[in-house]
Amino acid sequence: MAAAAPSTRAARDPSHGRRLIGAWILLSVILTPIVVWLAGKVIPPGNKTHQASEQVFDNQWIVAVSTPVALLMIAFFLYTLIVFRARDGELRDGPPIRGDARIQITWIVITSAAVLTLAVFGTYELLQNGAGGGQGPDPVAVPSGSKLPVQVIGQQWEFTYRYPTYGGLETPHLVLPADRQIELHVTSLDAIHSFWAYELGVKADANPGVDNVAYVKLKSPTTFHIHCAELCGLWHGYMFDTGKVVSQSDFAAWIKQQQAQFQPVSQYLPRYARSYYPDPQRRAG
Amino acid sequence: MGSRGWKAICVAGGVLVVATAIGFYIGGWATSGPASFTPASQSSRSVNLTIQTVAAIGPKLSPNPSWVSYLIRDNSNQWRRTTVWKLPAHALVHVTLYNFDGASGLRNPFLGAPQGLVGSERVDGKVLTAMPPDQPSHTFAVPELGILVPIAPVADDAKNPCDVAPCQLSSDHRTITFTFRTGKPGHYRWQCFVPCAAGWLYGFGGPMQSLGYMDGFVNVV
Repeated sequence: MAAAAPSTRAARDPSHGRRLIGAWILLSVILTPIVVWLAGKVIPPGNKTHQASEQVFDNQWIVAVSTPVALLMIAFFLYTLIVFRARDGELRDGPPIRGDARIQITWIVITSAAVLTLAVFGTYELLQNGAGGGQGPDPVAVPSGSKLPVQVIGQQWEFTYRYPTYGGLETPHLVLPADRQIELHVTSLDAIHSFWAYELGVKADANPGVDNVAYVKLKSPTTFHIHCAELCGLWHGYMFDTGKVVSQSDFAAWIKQQQAQFQPVSQYLPRYARSYYPDPQRRAG
Repeated sequence: MGSRGWKAICVAGGVLVVATAIGFYIGGWATSGPASFTPASQSSRSVNLTIQTVAAIGPKLSPNPSWVSYLIRDNSNQWRRTTVWKLPAHALVHVTLYNFDGASGLRNPFLGAPQGLVGSERVDGKVLTAMPPDQPSHTFAVPELGILVPIAPVADDAKNPCDVAPCQLSSDHRTITFTFRTGKPGHYRWQCFVPCAAGWLYGFGGPMQSLGYMDGFVNVV
């Protein structure tokens, strides 16, 4: 029987495993630093805030761990294609593949170690300052130092912003002072939205009746984009804006200008609260 | 020709027919859309728009007669349910809006303040600086241009309300006037922020989620 014949190439040559492992290690040693270095240049979300920089660092770590795994797959695939391809005139099947406990255990140990390492690393990073994500009404990872609270209010289809330390001022645009720790309180007045300030590394769901807290430590003056990241109706795709990080003095001047501009409507604003429950509308079904 | 040849011809023909049908469908979808209105402008720097807002569009102008809606007066003085407007860039747009609808109220009181206008918003000739949140009947808002116009309501006890559009000025109404600048060319959506869709969940379904009623585009060219 041809399938049981001991004269196959694989059976004759026991060095395939060593060759493959050798090629994989060589490729990993050479390519992993290059891939990590290149990824660090372009990987999102950039370096405009401390959280964003940490996310870039985290993503580089993930790339560093996943690159050797990907290279092993590629190396194995290419090696198999080249070495075990059927030669001209060769009609018989390859040898039957039996289980190999050593390979299985090695694979389980390696992949488990990789996943656990990333889980521990990710948890540690998350607990530093929340990594720019919404932490719900009672945040666990609270960064130290003073923070400027800013409320983000989602509504169909626009975000507005309140500054409780400035008399509950509400504005249609988000302007923040540079070099400050910001405490974002994200909520909604109607459907579920998601506040995504991409370059700041901040993303937090805006749920009606919920105060979703996220932190971000700003760096120097810049601009950033804001999008809604939760499908919220007809104009979801148009629910975007451009925010600004400005110097402390420019921020103070902007606050004054906004207070003057929106003074007439300030009398109608509700007292600042962590979330709002608008009165039922007369015609709402 | 053998049977394989005929099979190949049949498969190729079938693929061609299906691909053509898909192409027509996609082409039709991509090129169709709500009708657009281009006002006859006095000059490239100045445009007049006359609009009305109504509580129920009625059966003449829509298959959804009970839906709340905007209407615009076209160049032949007919009211049309068209919410896509083509306007010149960097032009002043003078708007006269007749509201025939009652109050619904805002979910966010902040949106009761006029924003982004050239000059003031006037309601029945009086300057408006802010409106209490339970008052607005609708808003006209173009968020990308920073424009927000709260629209004052007809009183609940109006003696001569308009039931079905298009409404005549002999019915009780409020007159809102304002001017805005279009700015650079672009494709800007506008919307109403008042949850005014009667009978829909939280007042934000139906006409609030459909082009041609309480939402539209300002196409600045």
